[in-house]
Amino acid sequence: MRLANLALPAFAALAAAAIGAVAIAQPPAAVQSTEQPAVPPAADGPAPAGAEAPGGAPAAAPQPFVPPQPAVESDSHAGEEHADDHAAGGHDLLEPKGGWKHEGFFGTFDVNALQRGFKVYQKNCSSCHGMKLLSFRNLGEVGGPFYDARYPNPNDNPVVKKIASEFSVSKIDPDSGSMVAVPGIPADKFPSPYANAIAAAVANGGAVPPDLSVIVKARNGGAGYVYSLLQGYKTPPEGLNVTPGQHYNAYFHGDTASQWVGKDPRDKPYGGFLAMASPLQNLDIRLQRDCVEGAEGGASCDQNTFDDGKPTTIEQQAHDVAVFLAWASDPKTEARKQLGVAVIPFLFLLAILAFLSYRQIWRNVEH
Amino acid sequence: MSGPSTYEPQTGFTRWLDARLPIIRFARDTVIDFPTPKNLNYWYTFGAILAFCLAVQIVTGIVLAMHYVASTSGAFASVERIMRDVDYGWLIRNIHANGASMFFLAVYVHMFRGLYYGSYKAPREVIWILGVVIYLLMMATAFMGYVLPWGQMSFHGSAVITNLIGAIPVIGEPIKIYLMGGPAIGDATLNRFFSLHYLLPFVIAGIVVLHIWALHVPGNNNPTGVSVKDVKKDTVPFHPYYTVKDGFAVVVFMILFAYFVFFAPNALGHADNSIEANPLQTPAHIVPEWYLLPFYAILRAITFDIGPIEAKLLGVIAMFGSIGVLFFVPWLDTSKVRSMRYRPIARQLFVLFVLASVGLGFCGANDPDKFVFKFGPDQLVVNYVDTNGVAQVSPKFAEYDGPEGAAAFARALPPSSGAAVAVVEDGFKWLWLSQILAGYYFLYFLVFLPLLGIIEKPKARPPSISESVRKKQSPSAASAVNPAPVAAE
Repeated sequence: MRLANLALPAFAALAAAAIGAVAIAQPPAAVQSTEQPAVPPAADGPAPAGAEAPGGAPAAAPQPFVPPQPAVESDSHAGEEHADDHAAGGHDLLEPKGGWKHEGFFGTFDVNALQRGFKVYQKNCSSCHGMKLLSFRNLGEVGGPFYDARYPNPNDNPVVKKIASEFSVSKIDPDSGSMVAVPGIPADKFPSPYANAIAAAVANGGAVPPDLSVIVKARNGGAGYVYSLLQGYKTPPEGLNVTPGQHYNAYFHGDTASQWVGKDPRDKPYGGFLAMASPLQNLDIRLQRDCVEGAEGGASCDQNTFDDGKPTTIEQQAHDVAVFLAWASDPKTEARKQLGVAVIPFLFLLAILAFLSYRQIWRNVEH
Repeated sequence: MSGPSTYEPQTGFTRWLDARLPIIRFARDTVIDFPTPKNLNYWYTFGAILAFCLAVQIVTGIVLAMHYVASTSGAFASVERIMRDVDYGWLIRNIHANGASMFFLAVYVHMFRGLYYGSYKAPREVIWILGVVIYLLMMATAFMGYVLPWGQMSFHGSAVITNLIGAIPVIGEPIKIYLMGGPAIGDATLNRFFSLHYLLPFVIAGIVVLHIWALHVPGNNNPTGVSVKDVKKDTVPFHPYYTVKDGFAVVVFMILFAYFVFFAPNALGHADNSIEANPLQTPAHIVPEWYLLPFYAILRAITFDIGPIEAKLLGVIAMFGSIGVLFFVPWLDTSKVRSMRYRPIARQLFVLFVLASVGLGFCGANDPDKFVFKFGPDQLVVNYVDTNGVAQVSPKFAEYDGPEGAAAFARALPPSSGAAVAVVEDGFKWLWLSQILAGYYFLYFLVFLPLLGIIEKPKARPPSISESVRKKQSPSAASAVNPAPVAAE
C-alpha cells in the first residue's frame, strides 16, 4: 500500500512534466536554415550567381509581369465544388518523383521549393487568385519560405519587405481619408485581386476564382490534386467535345459524360472541364539582378530557369506551387510534427510507467 | 454499497470542517475508499477516459472561445487566425476538433460495454438513462460545434438538420425558426449555436455528476454481472487500484489522440469544410461528422411512405427513434442475467448489432444510390421517345454486341425519337444495405432483447466475483499463497 500511495503523485508529476514539455518545446529554428543551399544566409559576402540572398541589399524589382492567361478567364470554380465527389474513381493523382518531402512523421517543407513556389504563385496565380488569410509577414515566420534566423521579427526581413512592396495594397490615406493604393508592408494581408466576389465573377465570366489560402486543405488529394491539376491540361481525347472557353483537364474533379460523343458512354475519359486555361508556361521568374550572361552553373540569362537554376518546366512549377500552397494552407505543419515526435514517445514512456505501477499495485490481487 | 464512512479526521481543523462541511469525507468516500469490483476489465476504463475527454473539450473550448468570432463574415477567418497567429492555437484547435471524435469513439465503446454486460439492468436503470441523456447532449453539442467554423459542411449540414426538425408536423416549423433565429440560417443561427455550444458542455458536466452519483448507489456492475456479495472479498478500494488502471488506460488513449492531433489533424474531417460557407452553392454530398453517420444512414434508409406518413417524416421518426429506443432498453431486455458472457444467443446477436451499427456508419458515408458491389459489368441501353411520345428504354445490350449493338439500335430509330445511348449500372445499393442494417438495429432492441429473456437458456454463472476470478487462476500457486488484500469497507 505504501508504494501504491506513492504511485499517484509520481504519476501526476509525470503528467505535469508532459505538460511542461509541451509548453517549452519550440520548433527548432535551425532546421530551416540548414536546408537552404540555394539561399545562403550570408548577406554581404559575394552571393553565388543566381541566388537570392535573403538578407542582402534589396534586389532589383522583377520585370513587370503580364499574366499569360486569356483576358476572359471564366473558370467556374463554383462548379468545381459541385463536381468534387464525382471524382473519377481509380484515376490516381500524379505524384512527384520521390514523393512529397513534407509528408510523413518527420517530413519538412523543401525550402527551395517553397521559395520557387511562392514565385509561381506571385507571377502566375495572384492576378486572379487571392490569399486573403495570409499576411506577407507569414513568409518570413518560422517555417515560412523566407524565414531567416537573423530576423526573428519577420517585419524586419528584407526579402519579405521587398516582396510586400511588390504588391499594391489599398489603404486609407491619413491625409484625405480616401482609399489609395500603396506598396505593401510585411504586416499587410495579401491583397485580393478583386474588390469583392461580384467583381471577381464579372471579370471571370461569371465565376469566382477561389481564394488559395487553404486550397490544399479544401481539396481531396491535397497537394497531389493541385500538382496533378496543373499538369492535367491534356489534349482532349477524340470524341470529347470541349465548349469554347472551357478546358479539358484529366485530373479535374468533374464529369465528362455530357460532352462525350464517343461510341461507348462507358469509355468516357476521366477528368472534367474548367474555364481556367493552363496557367503554367515556361516563364522567366528569375530575378533580373542575378542574371549573368554566360554564367556557368548558376543562373544564366536563360529565360527558363528559377533563381537556383531549376528549369521552369510545368512539372517543376506545379510541384513547387503545390508545396507552397500546402505550406500556406497549414503553415504550422512543421511545428506540429516536431511537437508530435516529442509527445508520442513521451506518452509511450508514461504508459510503460503507468503499466508497471498498475502491475505493482495489483500484484497481490486476483482479478 | 459504499457503506458507512471510515474517514476519521486527524487534525483539529479537519475535525472542525468535518462537522460543518464534510467535503473531505465525501471526497474520501467517493474517489478513494469507494469499493469497486476487482474483476473490472479494460472496457470499464472508458468512463475515466470520457471524463478526461470532457475536461479536455471544456478547457480547450474556453480558450478557443477567447479567439473565435461568431459572425458569418468573421467566423471562418477567425478559426484560421487561431490556426496561424494565436500562440499554439493550432494545437488547441486540433485538440478540440479531434477531441470531439475521440470523445465519441470513447462514448461508443462505453455504451457497447454497457449493453454487453447488462449495466442498464436493475438497479442501474437511472445510470443508463442519464447516460443516454448525456449522449444526446453530446450529439447536440457536437453538431452545433461543427457549425461554428462556418465551412461548407457546417452551413449545409446545419441546413439539413434544421430542415429535419421542420419535417415534424405542426410543431416542427416553429421549432425550426426558433433554432435558426429567423427564416434562414445566418448570423442569428451562428450566435445562438455558439451560445448553446458553450452552455451544453456544462450541462453535460452536471449530468455526469448525477450519472456518477447514481453509479455510487449500487456500485459498479462487473463483467460477470454478479452483484457484490462480500465487500471484503469481491472489491478493492477505488484508489489506488482503479486510479492506476484508469490512468494507464487514459495514457494509452492519449497516444491515439496525439496521433490524430499531431499527424493527421484533418483525417477525420471533410475537405469541404475548409471552403468558407456559401449558401448559394450546395456541396454534392452533404455528410455529417463520422460519429453521426449511423443515424444519418437510418434517416436516409426510409424511402417509402407508410399510409399517410411521408417518407421524409418517417425517416426523421426512425432516426430519433433509434436514439429514443435506448431509453427503454432496461425494460426491453427481459433477461434476468446481466452479462452476455452467460447468454449464448444474445451474445452472438450483440456482435451482429455492433457490426450493424458500424455498417450503418459506412452506409451514411456513401451515396445511397451508389453500389456496395456491382452485379456485373455496366450495360448499355438506348433512351428514346416512341411514336406515341412516350419515353422508352431499349433492352440492355449485352457485352458481345455492346457499343455496336446500341449504336445500330439508335440508328434504326427515326431522328425525332431523340435516341441516346446511356449506361445502366446494376448492383447492390448502399440504400438496401442501410435498410437491412437499420432493420436489424430495431429488431435487436424491439424483438430480440424482449424475446431472448423468455426463450434463451443462460449458462451457469459464478457464485460470486471472488469465485469467478479464483477459478481462473486456481492452477497458479502464487495466488493461493498470497491472499487477496483486505478491501477497505
